[in-house]
Amino acid sequence: MPRVSVWLVRAALLHLGVGITFGALMLWNKGLPFAPVLWTLYLPHIEMLLFGWTVQAIMGVAFWIVPRFSKEPRYGRVRLVWGAMACLNAGVLLMVVAYLLNSSPALLLVGRGLELLAVALFAAHVWPRIKPMSDVLPP
Amino acid sequence: MPTLTRVFIKTGLVYFLMAMVVGVALAAPTVIHLPQGFAALRPVYFHLFMVGWVLQLIIGIAYWMFPKLSKQEPRGSTALGWLVYGCLNVGLMFRAVGEVLLALQPGVEIGWTLAVAAVLQLIGGWGFIVNTWLRVKER
Repeated sequence: MPRVSVWLVRAALLHLGVGITFGALMLWNKGLPFAPVLWTLYLPHIEMLLFGWTVQAIMGVAFWIVPRFSKEPRYGRVRLVWGAMACLNAGVLLMVVAYLLNSSPALLLVGRGLELLAVALFAAHVWPRIKPMSDVLPP
Repeated sequence: MPTLTRVFIKTGLVYFLMAMVVGVALAAPTVIHLPQGFAALRPVYFHLFMVGWVLQLIIGIAYWMFPKLSKQEPRGSTALGWLVYGCLNVGLMFRAVGEVLLALQPGVEIGWTLAVAAVLQLIGGWGFIVNTWLRVKER
């Protein structure tokens, strides 16, 4: 597994861990209420599991398994993926902080904007790798 | 394909169907009259889909395809893998049944089912993270 995939998948696993912990706290609180404030974890729970976990894990595995090029650099423009990872994690964390602190809508906009940039960078990277097998080496 | 992978994916497919059935049930009140409590099925629908189908599909594929851990334990702990499977699925069933019962009879003391579901799914999720973490590595 290439290095950037290792980082993406491990970061995704961390988001999964925190996201399910938020979910478990809310679910317990729904059944046996003990702290109503825990409902503030609802949107961070969704953000971390949808973008931090699912999207990031897919990006990591996709970088690893989609066909490579026959010439160097065989994985294509890897810097775009490092940029995507940085933007995605910064975006998710900003969104989580904004939700938890109930802060200004501007922070939410920046967070979502970073997530958009992450998707654009990843798409720009992976687009040329989605091609017939005759053009590439087997993975 | 390892046995555990097949079980995760086939169970996931069953949850996929169940989620879609609940999705149809949620859409039904737009056409026919159904009790108000039906709307409480929405979180069940999301979690049958995202935990029962998407997460279990990812876990099954990851268990099968991620880099081998070692010659002795190529896929990490099989026992922990089965524990993850048991906890996630029993937890999800507790959740589905508990949510429905709470919606139908709000006064009845069955909140403990959601607390049990929360603990089981938390153990299942973190068990997957622990079992997978060391397999996410460069060759």
